[in-house]
Amino acid sequence: MISAARTQSEPMSPERRIDLLRLMLLARRFDERLMELFGQGLITGTAHAACGQEASAVGVCAALRGTDQVASTHRGHAHLLAKGGCPDRLMAELFGKRTGYSKGRGGSQHVAAYEIGFLGSNGITAGGLPIATGAALAAQHRGLDSVVVAFLGDGAVGQGAFHEAINVGAAWKLPIVYVCENNLYAMGTAVANTSPVTDVADRAAGYGIPGAVVDGQDVDAVYSSASKAVERARSGDGPTLLECKTYRYFGHSKGDAERPYRSRDEERWWEQRDPIRVLTGHLRGQGLLTEEQETALREEAAERIERAVRFAMDSPKPEPADATSDLFA
Amino acid sequence: MRKLSYAKALREALCIEMDRDERVILLGEDIAAYGGSFKVTDGLLAQYGAERVRDTPISENTIVGLATGAALMGLRPVAEIMFMDFIGLAVDQIVNHAAKFHYMYGGQKAVPIVVRTPAGGGRGYGPTHSQSLEAWFMHSPGLKVACPATPADAKGLLLSAMRDDNPVLFVENKLLYGVQDEVPEGDYTVPFGQARIAREGTDLTIVTYSRMVGESVVAADALEQQHGISAAVIDLRTLCPLDMDTVTESVSATGRCLIVAEDYQTAGVAAEIGFQVIERAFEYLDAPLRRVCGLDVPIPCARGLEEIVLPTRSRIATAAFELATF
Repeated sequence: MISAARTQSEPMSPERRIDLLRLMLLARRFDERLMELFGQGLITGTAHAACGQEASAVGVCAALRGTDQVASTHRGHAHLLAKGGCPDRLMAELFGKRTGYSKGRGGSQHVAAYEIGFLGSNGITAGGLPIATGAALAAQHRGLDSVVVAFLGDGAVGQGAFHEAINVGAAWKLPIVYVCENNLYAMGTAVANTSPVTDVADRAAGYGIPGAVVDGQDVDAVYSSASKAVERARSGDGPTLLECKTYRYFGHSKGDAERPYRSRDEERWWEQRDPIRVLTGHLRGQGLLTEEQETALREEAAERIERAVRFAMDSPKPEPADATSDLFA
Repeated sequence: MRKLSYAKALREALCIEMDRDERVILLGEDIAAYGGSFKVTDGLLAQYGAERVRDTPISENTIVGLATGAALMGLRPVAEIMFMDFIGLAVDQIVNHAAKFHYMYGGQKAVPIVVRTPAGGGRGYGPTHSQSLEAWFMHSPGLKVACPATPADAKGLLLSAMRDDNPVLFVENKLLYGVQDEVPEGDYTVPFGQARIAREGTDLTIVTYSRMVGESVVAADALEQQHGISAAVIDLRTLCPLDMDTVTESVSATGRCLIVAEDYQTAGVAAEIGFQVIERAFEYLDAPLRRVCGLDVPIPCARGLEEIVLPTRSRIATAAFELATF
């Protein structure tokens, strides 16, 4: 299993960047395939695809160690895969199978994988922020050398939990990085309609912590900014609010096919800035990737996701007793 | 046996567990330097240090979230919500997060947190500082809810709560904090889900918890003296798990059941217990169920008004007499 987790702090090697491309392709293919499976009626319920946002998930997780923690959002498949999650178990969860991370109880937005430091995706906007901050408190309290990343969307900024969590995280200099994936829309509401400031990172000033805006479509840039923030957190200097400017290609959820709140022109503009295209462009320009290699990597990702789909389809359904078991430890 | 106040019994439990288990930390508003709004954590800052006894911002939702996150990372936090009325601000973290994680994430990790909070009126604090909101949390799968009525149970139930691997809402009572009673020395636990017969009786069963246990016992004593009516009083101790076996056994013997709860009547704790009595002991009932609860209005400040709105020993005695003579 490839993982974005790193062990050293030097700039990324070409091999490492190819690994990140692999992860981005894997996350992209996972969510694309998911939408197809919904269309075919093979998966029910709901899911939020992160296609277009892979660079923030992969770039941030690349700045982490295996022992660091990530708290995710409702749009969390890419975060989990970037942290080293297993596509089979994630896909099985979406199929509602017993082999899924949550035994089929959680679905798309309620998945935790504690063994790889994934504290959970979360169906409540900003719900994970206080919890991530508590995880950072425990890391500080226990003298662990680990850092927590709390992902949030731009919509989470409207929640009291956003303010509460960052305020206390900053006050106590906790080892945490708050990463806002600003994809410009909270479901269908433009950030501009509900926020007095354009850059979420500007809000960091109110908490006396650094705020940084990064091109969320450029995984190298995300990695570089995230590394600084993680280093700061690990050295005891407290949180950073890192804002990745990004875009999601699909609607908010699988029910949002029309996307009436934004223009097709705007979507095309962002597709030109596709994070996979940006990275492959850099790698090709630097002579680190050939067309054949890129094609092979895409096929590898597609093949891996097909294995995940087969695993999920072949997995057993939950037992009736699973409906009421595990309520208490 | 030595006597101790309910508040000091709670503090003794915190000390026993903090001495025994270094993973226990305390979080809450004004619990450190101030010693807690009701002085339950008085002196613990000096004893255990600022790392383990932490004053938080006034951020109830995040107090519980901090506890949950820290619990996932190996600590066993005890959070305090200064008044139960403020728990409305923390419901999301309690109900959608702490209570659900074990089930929702496939049984991977427990969330061993305790959320302590003082409930109840009778002090003239008014509509936002007097409520008993435990029914909300009986309605939230994945939580345990404890409501001690005596200093001895306060200590023993809190020790059980801190050793439980599940999230526990620990509902204390403001008027009970100063009540002195016998409290055993040393380490002991009172198990969850085991009601206590606070008073033996043969003519009717009063089912209650928290401060209303004492009020019900006083009412039952008066009833015995004045009318020769013998009322049993059952102290539930925990609302989740709920010991309906003890309730059913008593009601089956007496044939009459009065439920007393300080919370709002409609859809309250008494409604649930009453329905379960019907499900389990209908054929033994010689009279309709009765309940004495808070009236369905906000709890007013003025003493004369508060006494009308909250259950009193005289309302309990009247209802018990009517039920016994039905």
